[in-house]
Amino acid sequence: MKSAFAVNHLSYAYGSQPVVQRLSFSIARGEIFIIIGPNGAGKTTLIKLMAGIIKRQRGRIDVLQKSIDSYSQKKLAQVLAYVPQGLPVGFPFSVEETVLLGRAPHQKVLGLASAEDLEIVRQTMAFTEVDHLARRKLDQLSGGEQQRVLIARALCQQPQVILLDEPTASLDLSHQIRIIDLMEKLKAEKGVTVVMVSHDVNLASMYADQLLLLKAGKIVRMGTPSAVLNFETLEETYNCQLLVDSSPLGNLPRVTLVPRKFLKS
Amino acid sequence: MNLNSEHHISRLAWLSLILLGVLLIAISLGLSIGPTQSGLRSALATLFSPGESDPVLYRIVWGIRLPRVLLATIVGATLSLGGLVFQALLRNPLAEPFILGVSGGSAIGAIIGILLGLSRFPGICFTSFLGSLGTLALILIMSTGKSILRKDALLLSGVMVNAFCSAIIMFLVSITQDARLHNIIFWLMGDLSASDLPQVAILGAILIPCFVIVFVFSHAMNLLMMGKDMALSMGINIRAVTLVLLIVTSFMVSATVSFSGLVGFVGLVIPHLLRLVLGPDHRILVPASLFGGAAYLVLCDLLARTLPQQGEMPAGVITALIGAPLFIILLKRSRK
Repeated sequence: MKSAFAVNHLSYAYGSQPVVQRLSFSIARGEIFIIIGPNGAGKTTLIKLMAGIIKRQRGRIDVLQKSIDSYSQKKLAQVLAYVPQGLPVGFPFSVEETVLLGRAPHQKVLGLASAEDLEIVRQTMAFTEVDHLARRKLDQLSGGEQQRVLIARALCQQPQVILLDEPTASLDLSHQIRIIDLMEKLKAEKGVTVVMVSHDVNLASMYADQLLLLKAGKIVRMGTPSAVLNFETLEETYNCQLLVDSSPLGNLPRVTLVPRKFLKS
Repeated sequence: MNLNSEHHISRLAWLSLILLGVLLIAISLGLSIGPTQSGLRSALATLFSPGESDPVLYRIVWGIRLPRVLLATIVGATLSLGGLVFQALLRNPLAEPFILGVSGGSAIGAIIGILLGLSRFPGICFTSFLGSLGTLALILIMSTGKSILRKDALLLSGVMVNAFCSAIIMFLVSITQDARLHNIIFWLMGDLSASDLPQVAILGAILIPCFVIVFVFSHAMNLLMMGKDMALSMGINIRAVTLVLLIVTSFMVSATVSFSGLVGFVGLVIPHLLRLVLGPDHRILVPASLFGGAAYLVLCDLLARTLPQQGEMPAGVITALIGAPLFIILLKRSRK
């Protein structure tokens, strides 16, 4: 099986504060790989290291079986796209202009659009269901719509790997499911590898091929949702009361938080 | 909007033509209006066929008005572009060379150059450049990391840098009896009168390559609008782009400061208006800001020398009278 990512003994520290410590794992191509874990576990740092946004201090990262250092910034952007947490704060472009920005890694310095670029923009906007918003300004859209536009922009890079940092955070239920369904469509139709940070263990359980549970910069457990999301592991990692049973949708773990008032003394 | 590149280029060409027209009208007005009334036709006749013209008018048009109007053109274009670049790099519509204190730092450098008895070019230009780099470093250190993207942090550091610069300038002015500093207060308010054609030509020759460099980076500035991390993930070398743009912009601003003193707010007013009309694409905004800023400062300078009954006032007075209220309106709106 060819790997999309191979991470070996990866370490990173802010000053003397270690954030991720000697992580080793690999991600097969065409997988949906979801990183979960409590606040401060190092999830965002890990995904930024994998996206080449910050430089690792120790260890090795291979992207598509080549060291991440062997790519120039632009070459990396042709195979790997990244959707960071939060929304941009600069002067807003229209939706189609924003999506077209994603063609930059394939363009010359002034970014003049070819007919091919425009066709890719059109297809990507249809794929992510933002085509009806094309002329609107980015800052006039709802959070969920903006997130889909930013994903469309990333897909315009025609990446083989896409990394997303909490793409469903602070979205309502229908927008959450639309985003994750989009990721599944991306995997199924285009064979793109999806790496995602999430806080929602139940979404992760329903969509992930592999889960990585991170705590204090170390891997607690990695594997299929059924292997990772069990009662002992979760209770110890998150340090709270919860129940794990089976989802009515099938043989998938379902996690329920247990508030104090339901606990028997 | 049509995104295709032929359309983009033709839009840019039309826009440049229109703005160039506006600039030429502004320049013609600047050449023909003054204490000696000459009329548009005879001023232009003097410009294009100097041999057959009235010698007095010749001296006024070629010796006084033309250098001044051309200096206003170059300074206006530079300051407007400087504002646009700082706004893109800091993703803050209030950023501007004068407000950030970069102009103030250049002024300190320029005054030190004057005191050392250096020539205007390259000596004073160079000390002025060092001064602008110094304040730029100070601003970046004071608001490290992400806090500079917050409007309040940026403004506060700008206010402090400016206060500090003014204090140093006043200190330098008061400890010296130098006759060369005679007109210092006038110069500090942005004075476009002290120049001749060869000097303006030198200034143009060093600034036009800077304009080209900034234009080459105009699409990188578009990508920067999406934030640092996203721009990086789209293949932009953020560190190199930021460094080149900061240094080139500081250089441009300090060169104009050493010629014309502190003309404020041009870089706030023009990019803001153009962005409202033309949208946020820097490949359009860079050339538009050059032409727009040039025409704006030529007209402001025209007002500055025709409004007073006796004598004239520095162009910086007019730009501040227009710019400062707009700044307050922008600040109030951005708080909502």
